[in-house]
Formats: sequence, structure tokens, C-alpha cells
Amino acid sequence: MSESLASTSSSTPPASGGIALHSVTVTYQRHPALHHLSGRFEPGSMTAVVGPNGAGKTTLLRALAGDLLLQSGHVDGLAAQRMAWLPQHSEIDRGFPISMREMVMHGLWHQLGAWGWRRASHRAACDQALAAVGMTGMEQRPIDTLSGGQMQRALFARLILEDASVILLDEPFAAVDEPTSADLLRLIAQWQREGKTVITVLHDLRLVRLHFPQTLLLARQAVAWGPTDRVLTEANWLRAQHMREPFDEYAPLCEHTEPSACTASPPASAQPVKEALA
Amino acid sequence: MTALSSLFQAVAGPFIEFNFMRRALLGCLLLSVSAAPVGVFLMLRRMSLTGDAMAHAILPGAAIGYLAAGLSLTAMTIGGVIAGLGVAMGSGLVARHTVLREDTSLAAFYLLSLALGVLIVSVRGNSVDLLHVLFGTVLALDDAALSLLGGIAVTTLVAGALLFRPLVLECLDPGFLRRVSALSPLAHYGFLGLLVINLVAGFHALGTLMAVGLMVLPAATARFWLRSLLPLILLASALALLASASGLLISYHADWPTSPTIVLCLGVAYLVSMLLAPFGLRAQQRSSSHLQA
Repeated sequence: MSESLASTSSSTPPASGGIALHSVTVTYQRHPALHHLSGRFEPGSMTAVVGPNGAGKTTLLRALAGDLLLQSGHVDGLAAQRMAWLPQHSEIDRGFPISMREMVMHGLWHQLGAWGWRRASHRAACDQALAAVGMTGMEQRPIDTLSGGQMQRALFARLILEDASVILLDEPFAAVDEPTSADLLRLIAQWQREGKTVITVLHDLRLVRLHFPQTLLLARQAVAWGPTDRVLTEANWLRAQHMREPFDEYAPLCEHTEPSACTASPPASAQPVKEALA
Repeated sequence: MTALSSLFQAVAGPFIEFNFMRRALLGCLLLSVSAAPVGVFLMLRRMSLTGDAMAHAILPGAAIGYLAAGLSLTAMTIGGVIAGLGVAMGSGLVARHTVLREDTSLAAFYLLSLALGVLIVSVRGNSVDLLHVLFGTVLALDDAALSLLGGIAVTTLVAGALLFRPLVLECLDPGFLRRVSALSPLAHYGFLGLLVINLVAGFHALGTLMAVGLMVLPAATARFWLRSLLPLILLASALALLASASGLLISYHADWPTSPTIVLCLGVAYLVSMLLAPFGLRAQQRSSSHLQA
């Protein structure tokens, strides 16, 4: 699958699954944070999104999650899928008087909604998720007594319960020690084996090389997108670093012509997937 | 024996003897079961001062109702609810769609509302009526007022039960709620609606100045003792009821004004808890021993 990524771009995309980006542009005050990004995340793929600060990594996740309006372009293949998203700085109020188990239980919202009755099966699923992240025995702990790593494990347990087909993770190992990130990486790999599409923003390139088959190197545009060993090269990294981090206040208008950007449905010949480096 | 019976006489006597005292107690009971839980969520959403601001925002509505129909329960209630909801919606819209944060936009709206209320009351009202509005009439609750308090309590409990899960998530992890559900605005505005009707209920009993007391103080007191949500709500309600019953009795025996006495009773519970409770000042002290692991 990964080897054929670059070559399949001219053929018609497979009908089921997968997330296709068509010249996606997201702007903050008209400055592009993501600039004409095209390509696709294959169904069941596990992709790391890397790039320098300000490259648009979080913006990409927020755009996929529907949290940001696209200035132009469109994304296909998300409507039919349920998505779970773990932001880098979650807005969780750590002082809220609630046990860890109750917090994790909210991951079952797609089954229970606001008014569904919690059955023994739901509680069993919750306990199973907590066991999978190694938090058995701490269910009743108030969340204000959890350490950073324990909180991250609990949030992963909530992700397990959410059981989404697309999972977006933003720097999930940023404040987490080695054993914890190893456990969570095993979980991510298992999600991929279950056929879920996992898209993870990371800055630790060592972890990317070890664990992620696919990589998108972002610098507002895709510098390279494909198999990790072909994307993470010295030359590509240098090109990514060349991106000017501050917005140019005097930048001229972008004259990029997009044959398909304004049409509602995707064209048969999708935009070419970004060059995977010669 | 005589000591016991005179204690019984002091505590139960006024309620047995006087109808207005029984009505006042029933009014306080209704307020305690509805306003105190609202106060717990107010505290958890860090909106305790918002409650105070909203209580002031109700004033012009009640004043306009008073201008239209005199000291009429219905007119002042409708006016108060409209003014409160207007300020809540207005400030919520500004906070969600402009650069201003919730606190600033609310302050702007409630100051306008308060200025308007003070203007109306001082141009057209007389000072006796003004005292009525500011300090409530817990000792003169008639059937209509009691039914209003009862209706508001039932509405609050039913709506609160329906909104419970979204409301918990809106406090705990608002971003998560927005991702999994479209109920976030319902939780936010529904809660503000409950806040407004409970302030109006409290306003009839305790007056605009003290209405927030029955929300904020029991919740804050209970927080010193407990760290899980449902017990917190139950304890807050119980504290509100206990303090308002004590307040009624003290004001009866000492011939003090009722609503400040009730709020001061809540204040005593708050201060004592702050000193003695496990999550009060004691939590800061160095304890003499610790566990091995």
C-alpha cells in the first residue's frame, strides 16, 4: 500500500475509506497556514505529521476535525467516518470533582449520548479500556491527583472507548515518559491493525522512524509525503527548514490556479500526491 | 427536661405557631433544592461572580414590571426573566462571536442593565417598594409566590437532570463536548436559563442583593468537604436548607431582618468549614506523619 502511494495518484482513488485532501488552504487573517495541500491518507494507514514550528501541523488536524473553515479546497472521505481527536493542550479542567473512571466513561458518548442509561456492558468496556492503558486500580482517583502521564493514559482509554475510525493525535507524547509513550505507541499500532486511520503530529523524529510507516513532512505545503524512510531525508528536512516562520506582511496575492478547487465534487483525476522526492 | 422542652419551643415553636413562618420555611426549602445545585455548577464553571452580575441584571426587568403593574408577582417575574435572559443571551453571543471574553461582555451588559434599573426605580418608585425589591419578602410569601417557587424548583430539577451529562462535560472538557455532540450551546444557554429563573425565585424571597447567596455560599462551603459531584450537590442543598432555617429562627427571635440573617448563617458555615474542613486551610498545613508509599 505504502509503496504504491506515489504511483496511484493518477489512477482513480479507491472508493472506500481514505481521506483525500484537494488543494486545501487554511488562512489566519488571509495568511496561509496550510497552502494548497493535496494528497490522501489511505484507510488503515498510520501517518506521522512532522515539520518545523509554524508548519501548520495542528492546523491540518483542526481542519480535518472540522474545527477550522477551509479558505479553499475540500476534504473527501470524512463524512461517513467517526473521528476522535486528542488535542495537544486539552481544555480539561483538572480541578473538576470527578473520578478518572467517570471521565473516561464519556468516551462512550457515541453509544450513550446525553441520556443513555449506563449498563454493565458499558462499565465492562470502560474497565477493559483502563486495563489496556495500565490504569487498573486507579479508577476512583479524582482527576486532580493524576500525574501528566497518568492523565494521558486516561485520555487514551477514552479514545479506545470512542472507537472512531479516524484518530487524530496532536503531540501525544509531548509530556510523557519513555515507558508511557512505549505503551501508548503499542496501542496506536494496534488501532492501525484494527483498520483505523491514525494521523499523529510528532516532533520526535526517532519515534517517527521507529514506529510510523507513513510520514507527511509539512512546511505549510507538503514538502514530502509517503513512506517514512523516503520522506525523512536530510535534503527534505533542509527544504522544510527553509520555510519563513513569520508571515510576510507584504506578501502578494496567491495566484495559484486550481482547476477543481471550487467544484463541489472531486474530479476524477485528483491532484497529484506531493512529490515523494526523487 | 425543661431545658430540652424550651429548646424545642424555641426551634419548633415559631413554625407551629405562625403560618407565615411555615410558608417562609417552605419557600426556603424550595429554594434550597433548586438554587444550591445551580450554585454548584456555577462554582465549577468558575461563574460565581457571573451569578452576582446576573442578579443585578434582573433589576430593570423587575422595575419595568413594577412600573407597569405595581408590586405584582407575575409582572415582576416576567420582567426579571426577560431582562436576565436578554443579558445572558446578549453577553453569550458577544463572547462566542467577537474578540471579547465572557467576563467582559457580561460586565458590559449587566452594567447597562443595572444602570437602567436604578434609573427606573429611583425616578418612578418609592423607597418602601425599593426595599422590597432589594431585600425580598420571605416573611410574606403568599400562595402565588410559593407556587412560583415550587414551579421553578421542579423545572430546575427536571431540566438539570436532563442537562446533567452535557453540563458536566461543558465544565470538564468543553472541547470534547463540542466534538462529540451538538449539545454544547444547549448546555450553556440552558444553564444560563436555569440560573436566571433561580435568581428570580431567590429575588422574590431574599431580594436581588441576597439571591445569589443561596447559590454561591452553600456550593463553596460544600467544596471544602467533598471532591465528588453528586455528594457535593446534596450537601450544598442540605447546607442551604439548614442555614435558611437557622436564619429564619434567629431573625424571629432577635427581630433582625431575615434575608441578611440567612446569608450570614451561610457565611458562618463557610468560615467554619474553611477553617476545619479537609480541603480548606487545613490542607495547607504540614501534617505530622506520612505514609510509606
